[in-house]
Amino acid sequence: MGLKDILPEVMTEFPEMGRSDIRDFKKGIDGAFRDFVHDYGEVIENFFYPLKMFLSWFDRLMLSTPWPLLILVFAILVWLGSRSWLITIGTVLSSLLIGYLGMWEDMMHTLALISVSTFVCLAVGIPIGILMAKSDRLQSVVVPVLDFMQTIPAFVYLIPVLMLLGIGKAPGLIAVCIYAMPPVIRLTDLGIRLVDKDVLEAADAFGASGRQKMFSVQLPLALPNVFAGINQTIMMALAMVVVAALIGAPGLGSQVLKAVNNQYLTLGLMNGSAIVAIAIVFDRVSQRFGKRLQRHTETIHG
Amino acid sequence: MADNSIEVKGLYKIFGPHGEKYIDAVKGGMSKDELNVKHGHVLGLKDININMPSAKIQVIMGLSGSGKSTMIRHINRLIEPTVGEVIYQGEDICKMSKADLQQFRRHKTAMVFQKFALLPHRTVIDNTLFGIELQGVSRGESEERAKHWLKRVGLDGYEDYYPNQLSGGMQQRVGLARALTNDADILLMDEAFSALDPLIRMDMQSILLELQDELHKTIVFITHDLDEALRLGDRIAILRDGAVIQQGTGQEIVLHPADAYISDFVKEVNRGRVIKVDTIMGSGSAKSDLTIESGSSLENAAKMMTESEISAVNVVGANGNLGHVTMKTVIDAMVTPATS
Ligand SMILES: Nc1ncnc2c1ncn2[C@@H]1O[C@H](COP(=O)(O)OP(=O)(O)OP(=O)(O)O)[C@@H](O)[C@H]1O
Ligand SMILES: [Mg+2]
Repeated sequence: MGLKDILPEVMTEFPEMGRSDIRDFKKGIDGAFRDFVHDYGEVIENFFYPLKMFLSWFDRLMLSTPWPLLILVFAILVWLGSRSWLITIGTVLSSLLIGYLGMWEDMMHTLALISVSTFVCLAVGIPIGILMAKSDRLQSVVVPVLDFMQTIPAFVYLIPVLMLLGIGKAPGLIAVCIYAMPPVIRLTDLGIRLVDKDVLEAADAFGASGRQKMFSVQLPLALPNVFAGINQTIMMALAMVVVAALIGAPGLGSQVLKAVNNQYLTLGLMNGSAIVAIAIVFDRVSQRFGKRLQRHTETIHG
Repeated sequence: MADNSIEVKGLYKIFGPHGEKYIDAVKGGMSKDELNVKHGHVLGLKDININMPSAKIQVIMGLSGSGKSTMIRHINRLIEPTVGEVIYQGEDICKMSKADLQQFRRHKTAMVFQKFALLPHRTVIDNTLFGIELQGVSRGESEERAKHWLKRVGLDGYEDYYPNQLSGGMQQRVGLARALTNDADILLMDEAFSALDPLIRMDMQSILLELQDELHKTIVFITHDLDEALRLGDRIAILRDGAVIQQGTGQEIVLHPADAYISDFVKEVNRGRVIKVDTIMGSGSAKSDLTIESGSSLENAAKMMTESEISAVNVVGANGNLGHVTMKTVIDAMVTPATS
């Protein structure tokens, strides 16, 4: 005789909502959202249209540029960011290898997606972070939203994104941005809040306006943290390329997806490694760049 | 010359969410401890009335937690008073609009901080011109002015260093140069030299006195060190638990401490260096060839008499003989009276 036999039924079987009630409940929300998509889908699509055009344009630009020129551009950018020959040479060699192994075009798609989504994340995230640092009220609203964005499984928000925007590059971009934006917002906010109170008081004492304080004291001093946020945002965007491929974003991610579906081990490994290579380059360059901005923390004496 | 005196009148500060609610209780005599225990508010300042003279150094002295920083921050209103007035050139700083206050802070005041509060991401020169950059002075001019003051505080050649490449003493020179570059009439110094070791501290005091000789700013100088207060202060106010318990010149305080707390403070002071011959001189002239200038210290008078083996000296001012002191009166005054 188990515990189940002596307890009243209400404790052994969960008192669920009626089956038909649940069905109606889901149907109701689905229906309402579908109506919303029907009524506003176009508005929303138009809203994201410029973004889509930007991504397409950038994508085409990357693809139409001759590869030797692009590799040169990569090398220059990496050099400017990192000032390290090792990283620059590594970038050139891995680009050549990726191209030689037939993944050039996919790499261009992925780079375009990552660059544009990082750009969007920073353009939206940094201002939000700044506003959040200024207002405790806004912070208390935004933080739970960010927690939600970061913890909800990406597949779940793919559903409404898909319903609103269909399959393609733009919804892929949106999905990547939702996932990758929180770190830069959080760390911008944190960085500004961590600025030394004494220094802020000095700025006040000399009569700095709010704007002067933000741009000549708070943001510059928050920069190391902001850069840590940018770095994480890029890494998270890269982590999303396979998921974005699920809703039609072309690139290395979609090759990985194809490899999974067909059990092509080598294809999967090759594209996966290419993603890793890109990640390493982005990571090293952004970290080096962030560090160079903090040269003033090096001490000579004292 | 413009009148740059500052008058603090009936100033109270009670820290906490409802400071104004307890004003009457505090005016009625509630103590700092009682206010804290009963109502969870902290009494910062209590009925402060200080007349800070124009172009002089006003020292505010007191132990840690006595309200010195709170006091000085009312002058540029980094802290809002609970009640009271701070009058400068006929205007109550506590009632200024936000825009006026910003202009006042930019053009009339400059501050030097205990922990330097330099901008770590800016070089020495960029720190020095920070204040006038906020005013909107062009880069060329501000660099020139900043360089001038860096030179004056002895930091020639360090323009392109970052603050944490410098020693504490050098960093505070940057802080001083930053404040001086502002060319403001009021200089606020909150324990500006307290973080420095004794020799460098003396050095900075000398620099300040030397500069004040030609600049004639109204300086409010905070310290918890009596020697520093006596060396720098034209006037000294002593704070305890947020209230002024005595104010006056250094001599007045050393000669007539208001209570046991202050006597304790002044016990260790080198009186010979603080007290002036004028304070103790007798009327008429003594039979002596020695003369000493009015305003000299007892120490100097004693030295003069010992060296020439004459036991009296005449005190002279611009208009001739003022009086005289003798070896006996000088030594009597230099010896600390037994504490009563
Ligand atoms: N923001 C604040 N909130 C509550 N209490 C405060 C606040 N600022 C200062 N106080 C209190 O006011 C009193 C005076 O502080 P203040 O900093 O003015 O002292 P101080 O004389 O400058 O001391 P120190 O020599 O340590 O700098 C202290 O009891 C302190 O705890
Ligand atoms: Mg203090």
